[in-house]
Amino acid sequence: MKRKQLIAAFLQFLPEEAVLYETEELRPYECDALSAYRQLPMLVVLPRTEAEIIKILQICHAEQVPVVARGSGTGLSGGAQPHAEGVLLSLAKLNRILEIDPLACTARVQPGVRNLAISEAAAPYGMYYAPDPSSQIACSIGGNVAENSGGVHCLKYGLTVHNILRLRVLTIEGELLEIGSEAFDSPGFDLLALMTGSEGMLGIITEITVKLLPKPETVQLVMAVFNEISLAGEAVANVIQAGIIPAGMEMMDKLTIHAVEDFVHAGYDLEGAAILLCESDGMAEEVASEIEQIQAILRASGAIRIRVARDEAERQLFWAGRKAAFPAAGRVSPDYYCMDGTIPRKHLARVLEQIEQLSEKYNLRCMNVFHAGDGNLHPLILYDATQPGELEKAEAFGARILEICIEFGGSVTGEHGVGIEKLNQMCLQFNDAERNLFHAVKAAFDPQALLNPGKAIPELHRCAEFGAMHVHQGTEKFPDIPRF
Amino acid sequence: MQMQATSDYLLQAVTQAIEHKRPLYIRGGGSKDFYGNSQAATSQHTILNTTNWQGIVDYEPSELVVTARAGTSLADLEKLLHEQGQMLAFEPPYFSTATTLGGCVAAGLSGPRRAYAGAVRDYVLGVQLLDGQGSILSFGGQVMKNVAGYDVSRLMVGAMGTLGVLLEVSLKVLPRPETERTLCIQTSQPDAIHFMRRCSAEPLPVSATCFLDGRLYIRVSGPESAVRTAHSRLGGDIIADGADFWESIRDHTYSFFQQGKSAEQSLWRLSIQPTAPSLSLPGKQLIEWGGALRWLLTDKDTDATIIRQQAANAGGHATLFYGDKTTVSAFHPLSPALLKIHQRLKQQFDPLGIFNPQRLYPEIQPCKPI
Ligand SMILES: Cc1cc2nc3c(=O)[nH]c(=O)nc-3n(C[C@H](O)[C@H](O)[C@H](O)COP(=O)(O)OP(=O)(O)OC[C@H]3O[C@@H](n4cnc5c(N)ncnc54)[C@H](O)[C@@H]3O)c2cc1C
Ligand SMILES: Cc1cc2nc3c(=O)[nH]c(=O)nc-3n(C[C@H](O)[C@H](O)[C@H](O)COP(=O)(O)OP(=O)(O)OC[C@H]3O[C@@H](n4cnc5c(N)ncnc54)[C@H](O)[C@@H]3O)c2cc1C
Repeated sequence: MKRKQLIAAFLQFLPEEAVLYETEELRPYECDALSAYRQLPMLVVLPRTEAEIIKILQICHAEQVPVVARGSGTGLSGGAQPHAEGVLLSLAKLNRILEIDPLACTARVQPGVRNLAISEAAAPYGMYYAPDPSSQIACSIGGNVAENSGGVHCLKYGLTVHNILRLRVLTIEGELLEIGSEAFDSPGFDLLALMTGSEGMLGIITEITVKLLPKPETVQLVMAVFNEISLAGEAVANVIQAGIIPAGMEMMDKLTIHAVEDFVHAGYDLEGAAILLCESDGMAEEVASEIEQIQAILRASGAIRIRVARDEAERQLFWAGRKAAFPAAGRVSPDYYCMDGTIPRKHLARVLEQIEQLSEKYNLRCMNVFHAGDGNLHPLILYDATQPGELEKAEAFGARILEICIEFGGSVTGEHGVGIEKLNQMCLQFNDAERNLFHAVKAAFDPQALLNPGKAIPELHRCAEFGAMHVHQGTEKFPDIPRF
Repeated sequence: MQMQATSDYLLQAVTQAIEHKRPLYIRGGGSKDFYGNSQAATSQHTILNTTNWQGIVDYEPSELVVTARAGTSLADLEKLLHEQGQMLAFEPPYFSTATTLGGCVAAGLSGPRRAYAGAVRDYVLGVQLLDGQGSILSFGGQVMKNVAGYDVSRLMVGAMGTLGVLLEVSLKVLPRPETERTLCIQTSQPDAIHFMRRCSAEPLPVSATCFLDGRLYIRVSGPESAVRTAHSRLGGDIIADGADFWESIRDHTYSFFQQGKSAEQSLWRLSIQPTAPSLSLPGKQLIEWGGALRWLLTDKDTDATIIRQQAANAGGHATLFYGDKTTVSAFHPLSPALLKIHQRLKQQFDPLGIFNPQRLYPEIQPCKPI
């Protein structure tokens, strides 16, 4: 049968341990970090070289077998969810840092290298890789490119798309595309941008040249407590309006503060309604003057307490709380559903108000933690999957949050991608002609749609069905009845 | 009402071009008429003039985002930002006062700050465009983070109008630095390249570098105190007319670039790996972007293949900026694999090949232009 033939074909050039097909071997690959949805692949391959990937792709292309790329599987939108009749292509073994060039300020790495490993390798040269998703100890740089990942530092230093120079990409035919270069620009269309965030739909990334930045001389962190979350939101706008771009600006609401404080004991103030963490980095003089200004603005914006981290250890501790927000949610609730929408910052207070109302309506708690500087929200909907109907309620709640983001002029995903999770909301954010163009872009790279089929861009018929249920947006009948 | 008339004009022009399968030449201010490949004008050509499609659609300084129509004059846009203490951080070249936002984005050129703050593509958040089938489409948006769908907005940057007519662009803007100081150091070319690289590898607030005629110019920007400290670490003399100097480099009014426009000379733009050692090519060079951009002023008859080969060996590519483009293509040839992707993308966005047929790569044209 097809499966057996494929295994035999792969074993011609791959060692036995690089081809997995027994159910128990496949189990670890059945989902990414969106674990509510699971699917076993037909088989998993673990190549070690680009040459092996080329052969794998050529075989899959010839046999018309779907291929799903997988980095570390930390994706939160089901982007790396396997295809039942497809091959799951793990890039985990391509995990070497090929070159660090401190004078060019670049690192050339394989896709399976972990995000944090790049900064660790660059540290001896006084450099680092700026985009820092919270999952950076685990997620792969290939996955970061595929998702255009961001993190705390992205407000000032940009997303993945701003921090890479060159990619080696294989098409489904196994043809090599060298996209971008070691120079700052390349002739022709900006395929580097197109490939970034393309969720494994256009090609397999086999090598990445990233930019490195010199480590800032000084880093300082201010923590401010507010009695009202809307005041904290205004404070963010005031800092930026004053001409300051902090190295990071993160916010947590009351529920989050309590959950993380119980967990990491970061010394957070349990009285306030919101905490704002605001970091400044640069030359000592720059940081000193920026921290002065930031404190004055936060005070004028209504902060009830302000603390500047006493030393590096305290700065790390303040951050530890923010970075532990997701695991903390896991401690206070059996399950949580992490959303990822973006809104223009000025609407923060009104959007949070609506989320609060939805929380009452669905009777599910929601922790709010976000990259306040760029308007990227991460509502964490707490639920219990063992309670009948709770997962469906959480899904409906989450879907509604994304619709609100669109209504306020934002996006259904800031950094986690569309995957399988947000296909329906893509129908709201883009019209038929726009989605058609996305399919056309896909067809330019992968005419037979063999790479990661069914992800990222909804088919038109799916939107037609979805749209039918949403004739009167927000006032649809029986909103609490599960739709899938 | 006037805007209505303009939008009708744009839509009609595109619809008619589709109907008659006749090429359309998108024209902003005409400041970059020299840039890219061109062909002699004939009566068959229809110029699509975008300059009346202007105006700021939305500007919210605290959101760091501005949205404007493509025909908006870049000077007007920057004036507005300036009033709010903000700027376009990629320092777009003007080349003339007529430059439009659409032309700036379509040409994808960035100025002296590029090596330190990013390129125009790094600041594009969203676009609205008119494609080759007459549909109006929006991609990206006005928010900093957005990964819904493919990044079609950035794909428009540097596409030279071959994928569609830009109608609106949303850009991220940044606060203007408090102070700027330009330092000048006398040095040799190899030392200057090394010095520039050291500047990039260290946490200093450098915002532009340029080497020519034995002088290295460094601009530092930021709070007064930081600028002072940076100066004491870097050394060099302060030059008085720093702002004018960088503007003349940005807009090519500096004598070096002016010579490139003469009949006997050509000006090549070599975008290469910044650490590449001095290139031995006949003529004069001016180096920007921390070593990553090398402008070559050379005789008209210097062999283009040699220049392109050297640029490729140095990890980059060469563009014929000012010169005779009848025999030499303005842009560096693409590899066969990349060319195929370009052809397919062009086919998808503009199946009849109506937009700027010759301007970028004539080979990507889906059908023969009339
Ligand atoms: C606790 C936690 C915190 C997180 N915090 C953040 C955050 O702050 N910011 C953020 O942006 N994300 C965050 N994420 C999401 C996730 O870590 C990122 O999306 C990450 O980039 C995924 O990388 P990965 O290697 O795990 O990719 P995977 O999950 O394996 O794959 C993700 C997608 O990329 C594709 N892909 C992977 N490798 C390649 C390749 N080489 N070529 C082509 N396609 C490929 C896959 O097909 C899939 O579509 C978080 C996740 C968790 C679990
Ligand atoms: C009579 C005549 C005939 C011509 N014939 C040809 C010809 O046959 N082939 C040819 O290649 N060129 C031709 N050109 C040149 C070409 O039309 C212009 O050089 C160019 O289109 C004008 O752009 P610009 O430099 O003024 O705009 P700039 O504002 O300087 O723009 C630079 C680039 O951006 C593009 N652009 C500007 N605004 C937009 C927008 N809103 N959306 C998308 N793209 C935009 C331009 O097309 C150009 O590629 C002709 C010019 C004239 C005057």
